[in-house]
Amino acid sequence: MYEGVVQNLIDELGRLPGVGPKSAQRIAFHLLAADVDDVRRLVSALTEVKEKVRFCATCGNVAEDELCRICLDQRRDPSILCVVEEPKDVVAIERTREYRGRYHVLGGAISPIEGVGPDELRVRELMSRLADGTVTELILATDPNLEGEATATYLARMVASLGLRVTRLASGLPVGGDLEYADEVTLGRAFEGRRSLDV
Amino acid sequence: MYVAHLSLADFRSYTEVELPLEPGVTTFVGPNGQGKTNLVEAVNYLATLGSHRVAQDAPLVRFGTERAVIRADVVDTSATTPRHNLLEVEITPGKANRARLNRSPATRPRDILGIVTTVLFAPEDLALVKGDPAQRRRFLDDVLVARAPRFAGVRADYDRVLKQRNALLKSAGAATRGAKRGGQAPDLSTLDVWDTHLSTAGAELLAARLELVDALRPLVAKAYDAVAAGGAGDAQLTYRSSLGPEMDQAADRDTLARELLAAAGRARQDEIERGVSLVGPHRDDLVLGLGPMPAKGYASHGESWSFALALRLASYELLRAGGSDPVLVLDDVFAELDTGRRDRLARLVADAEQVLVTAAVPDDVPDRLEGSRVDVGSGSVRPVG
Ligand SMILES: Nc1ncnc2c1ncn2[C@@H]1O[C@H](COP(=O)(O)OP(=O)(O)OP(=O)(O)O)[C@@H](O)[C@H]1O
Ligand SMILES: [Mg+2]
Ligand SMILES: [Zn+2]
Repeated sequence: MYEGVVQNLIDELGRLPGVGPKSAQRIAFHLLAADVDDVRRLVSALTEVKEKVRFCATCGNVAEDELCRICLDQRRDPSILCVVEEPKDVVAIERTREYRGRYHVLGGAISPIEGVGPDELRVRELMSRLADGTVTELILATDPNLEGEATATYLARMVASLGLRVTRLASGLPVGGDLEYADEVTLGRAFEGRRSLDV
Repeated sequence: MYVAHLSLADFRSYTEVELPLEPGVTTFVGPNGQGKTNLVEAVNYLATLGSHRVAQDAPLVRFGTERAVIRADVVDTSATTPRHNLLEVEITPGKANRARLNRSPATRPRDILGIVTTVLFAPEDLALVKGDPAQRRRFLDDVLVARAPRFAGVRADYDRVLKQRNALLKSAGAATRGAKRGGQAPDLSTLDVWDTHLSTAGAELLAARLELVDALRPLVAKAYDAVAAGGAGDAQLTYRSSLGPEMDQAADRDTLARELLAAAGRARQDEIERGVSLVGPHRDDLVLGLGPMPAKGYASHGESWSFALALRLASYELLRAGGSDPVLVLDDVFAELDTGRRDRLARLVADAEQVLVTAAVPDDVPDRLEGSRVDVGSGSVRPVG
């Protein structure tokens, strides 16, 4: 244990994903030794991101305005909607340049262990987006792991009565992993070869 | 296959060991607590990514250090020209372990399974007969993984589904009790989804176990005869599934998945009340019978030992028939057996491609398993002669 403020910093850093107690300590002491200006830049980057960036009112992607870049882009096909877990999945799919439709970001996947059910995800928002019939194909691009599969199964059943084409990315994605770790070529192919999901 | 070289760093009592090994029998001899079992435990870890003595990794790392490394040169002799594979596992308790095959990192440690397989006999084996069902389920699943490494994934998937489903049942149970006192009704909308995943993953595991038990049955009966040399009757295996007694025959996965799904539906009320999953292969047992009686609770100490040995010998036969001889490990077992069982066991394993034996008292090991001898004492390992 260190003096109050230093320990505070270590504790805060330790709450970040992927940062264990040892790394938290290393980062904290790096910051203590760093130039004041460097630290100020980091602080303002953190403040700015919280002030300026928010989540798109339509799709849940990160946005600098009410709506995100993709929702504002009139050239994107409104009849295809791709459901992903996180904004970083949008980035991964955009990199493939295969997809010209729109997105819906759930904010996670169903995981009772972590207390996440449909109410904790943007499922109700998805259902209201589908209500007016514009969307004719729903691509379920949740992660190819158990929680992602369970979420896809759940959503497919929820929308079964709407008469949409419901598809899932083709196999070939590394099973058990995250969408974001798939390389562009694999992910692009998975998109092209997406298959209809029976429930 | 055989292990041609074993290196350890900060594993158990060893700071560092370099140990060349040969095919055939090697006997590790030394007083109690000198580190004989630690050596064979390391070989077994490469085959199963677990220890036969402890459930957690922490005790495997030398006390006061942070990580252990096990490295082995494993020779695959099933092809026309023998092939060397360099296996390496780094064990870091509290973090993800890492594995490498021929110096390239494996995506997941379990990707190296199957390069070396072992069949291990240990004093703990008596629990296969006398212990609870979890011991026998683990026996079956370990053989499944040794036969086809992809079952490590099947097993892990099933465990994960089970954890998620149990978490949901637990919170649903709490909400149901709360609702009776005027709280919110539980959200069960995703339980159907978990039922589906439980039944698909469960059916794959169950189908494989049923098929395995069918394959083991004649081999166990034969091995029991050979070890016990005229005991109280035939050794029998019956798989007892949570689906009921009629489900002990091999069946196809789709049928089993349908049955599991239906059973989960019937058990739902109970499951919510108790907050755990009540159907599925995690509730099953492998019932061992001697003649008309169950072995557990009825068999004598010697008969129980014969049965435990028969299970191991049968799995050895089965794996061997798959094309590649597993490494046989006999850890401290001879001290547990009477002379007759010792000799018969020695005869049954003497022609194995590689046998690693540990013994505190060299005279406990039957002569025919003499082989080469390695003295183990106070942290050093020294081939003799
Ligand atoms: N993590 C660890 N760090 C340091 N020493 C350990 C660790 N785990 C076990 N040991 C030591 O290793 C020794 C046990 O080694 P092992 O079980 O291989 O003995 P053995 O030679 O097989 O003995 P026996 O004949 O009694 O079976 C004990 O002295 C124990 O204190
Ligand atoms: Mg021992
Ligand atoms: Zn948007």
